[in-house]
Amino acid sequence: MSLEIKTSDDIYDVVIVGSGAGGGMAAKILGDAGLSVAVLEAGGDYDPAKEEYRTQLRWTWESPRRGANTVRPFGDFHADRAGGWEIDGEPYTRTSGTEFDWFRSRQLGGRTNHWGRISLRFGPKDFKRKDQDGLGENWPIGYEDIKPYYDKVDKLIGVFGTNEGLEDDPDGFFLPPPKPRLHELYIKKGGERANIPVIPMRMSVLTRPVNNQRGVCFYCNQCSRACNAYADFSSGTCLVQPAMQRGKVNLYTLAMVREVTTDDAGKATGVIYVNKADMQHHHVKARSVVLGASACESARILLNSKSPAHPDGLANGSGVVGRYLHDSTGAGRSAILPELIDRERYNEDGVGGAHVYSPWWLDNAKQDFPRGYHLEFGGGMGMPMYGFGMNMEVIRQYIKDEMGNPSPNGGYGAGLKRDIRKIYGSTVGVVGRGESVAQYDNYCEIDPYTVDKFGIPVLRFHYNWTDHEVRQAKHMQDTFEELLTSMGGELLGEKAGADTQYGLEAPGRIIHEVGTTRMGDDPDSSVLNEYGQAHECDNLFVVDAGTFVSQADKNPTWTILALSWRTSDYIIDQMKKGSI
Amino acid sequence: MNRREHLKLLLAGSAGAGLFLSTTGCSTEDIEESERIIAENSGNYGRTEVEMAYNERLKSETFFTTSEHQMVEMLSDIIIPVDDISGGATEAGVADFIEFMMKDIPSYQIPVRGGLMWLDNECRKRFNKPFLECTSTERTQMIDEIAWPEQAVEEMGYGVRFFNLMRNLVSTGFFTSQMGIRDLGYAGNSPGFWDGVPDEVLAAHGLSYDKKTLDECLQVDERNKLAEWDESGNLIR
Repeated sequence: MSLEIKTSDDIYDVVIVGSGAGGGMAAKILGDAGLSVAVLEAGGDYDPAKEEYRTQLRWTWESPRRGANTVRPFGDFHADRAGGWEIDGEPYTRTSGTEFDWFRSRQLGGRTNHWGRISLRFGPKDFKRKDQDGLGENWPIGYEDIKPYYDKVDKLIGVFGTNEGLEDDPDGFFLPPPKPRLHELYIKKGGERANIPVIPMRMSVLTRPVNNQRGVCFYCNQCSRACNAYADFSSGTCLVQPAMQRGKVNLYTLAMVREVTTDDAGKATGVIYVNKADMQHHHVKARSVVLGASACESARILLNSKSPAHPDGLANGSGVVGRYLHDSTGAGRSAILPELIDRERYNEDGVGGAHVYSPWWLDNAKQDFPRGYHLEFGGGMGMPMYGFGMNMEVIRQYIKDEMGNPSPNGGYGAGLKRDIRKIYGSTVGVVGRGESVAQYDNYCEIDPYTVDKFGIPVLRFHYNWTDHEVRQAKHMQDTFEELLTSMGGELLGEKAGADTQYGLEAPGRIIHEVGTTRMGDDPDSSVLNEYGQAHECDNLFVVDAGTFVSQADKNPTWTILALSWRTSDYIIDQMKKGSI
Repeated sequence: MNRREHLKLLLAGSAGAGLFLSTTGCSTEDIEESERIIAENSGNYGRTEVEMAYNERLKSETFFTTSEHQMVEMLSDIIIPVDDISGGATEAGVADFIEFMMKDIPSYQIPVRGGLMWLDNECRKRFNKPFLECTSTERTQMIDEIAWPEQAVEEMGYGVRFFNLMRNLVSTGFFTSQMGIRDLGYAGNSPGFWDGVPDEVLAAHGLSYDKKTLDECLQVDERNKLAEWDESGNLIR
């Protein structure tokens, strides 16, 4: 190879690419087992307990843009310091006429820094959807295989919720949930009228301690800013840091991995990365390679790892790497609740998200779309941020005077000021997050013409929703209206129609993309076996959501954590046996 | 070591302010002093170096001319005036916020600058003088033609659109300022415990927590107790 690569003589037992949910869990389990581990993170260090990083408990006015999202895509106070759908110097492309927005987080802990902490197990049916509707593919494992790992994740990391005995939303080891807020009691009431179950949220926030290293929640509603008491789960604070303190785990930050190296026999020997600080190439050698770089980034690394033994990219003899990319569906609606106008003031911050949610409640056999969705809610008297007080030219009419006469839209002066005060905390939002059906024709591949600023070929996406998802979004819109009006809400905005695919968000916007290196028993139609081990390279593993065969109407993080733990146990076992 | 220095040391530790403040046993004075220490050290609210430099660059640039800035201040105080609860928009720093947002979201620049110019032209047509030189009665007369979208005549469309934008910027600027957030009565952003909706509020709304909810939800006295479960996943309470 012509380019100079700095190589250390150290050989790690395992090199892990990525420090998010998958990589962090692997680092924790493999490190605790005594293996020597290198964790490579493409971004910088991050610790929300350090003052230099802290955005928690800041006031809106500390930001000159009052929290607007012009710099950080989820707002100026978000924990994600260097992430986004667009990252300077790290482009991606799309096939003409298709959509995909790719969110990446370049910092220790990856996307676990800002995620919603919603922690849902997949249920027994979720692993065998093809058996029920003939679409997609079954997983090579069932709920019984992953249940012990979900149990362990619950206890190690902590999740609040309730055991409801629901078949496809399994019980777990839950901490007590916080009581519902006022608008959430209205949502529950609306749910009863509309026959939609509204149950306590399941979220990885410590309402009680699970160990003596992390503090408990102090109810500031700012999990998205990352917690300086470590009371919410993020991979950096709860997995990588403890792993480094306890075991032989070295963290390499600013390490942008280009490819996995292999020997003549095709076995993985390590990875080559570009150090973003000095733009030099380095080779980290290891006996096993674990990819947890995110579904699409891991696929990119594999496709860029071409060698005589793996001419189409590493582990890609099937041609399936990058295929079956699928994100959750998403749509939403909001309403004003007249009962909450001019409401009583008190601190209702609570945890960083809703205290209730609705798991999927219908039978898809009776619907015109194959997979379900769950509902998430917003509302309440949160800290006012950029955007609050706007839109009075359309929503001031919902404020009524003592005689019941609506205020005129727009206006100015003391009356406007009074009406903005009254409208504070009176809106309720509902969003649907649903399962899409994995498609061979939705994929990412290497763009033959474009490289990033590190000279690494970038991904080109090709993704279209199918009628399944569009019909599901149509159903969501009917549900939103029914639920919001059942709780007494006055609907805001127009109902999304066919012209906008019923408000269906573009693929990638929900940031639940999975499926690009899927597991399976058949090496011709899958990349990995049930343990996340590559069919064609037995010392190569994937621990991010690329392994998912189907996505379920659940947020993926808890399943990434459980599967990464299962894979890590398998690696330890195989190393003991001398098999890898 | 005095109390303040002791608190400073505690707050500088890796455990962080939130953990410290959330532990029981510190007095109200300690918490207030801690918040002051945190505020004094919070100039950059967790910015990266790149973000910090970007904020500073935007702050160092000036978009509005002097007269434009004066117009923005005047419009701000018309939109959000002093009342018996709080001060007016200019006192809350809204004009400076809008100046910043013109650079942070450059797509605002043409509609706002053009809108101010349009407003001046309309005032000249009516009163033979620019907006700033109009009497307060004349200004009110002008504003009333563009402030009420559903009553405005069609030819005032440009003005309605401009005033909607100004109303949005001024309102959000005011209610996200320290003065505005106090005015709103937002009571959070402080470490504490969420124990549900206050009883009197529940009663006023005719709502209550059912027994299942009360039984399963977190109680304040178990908050610091290490969680343990039986084999079936039942939390030992």
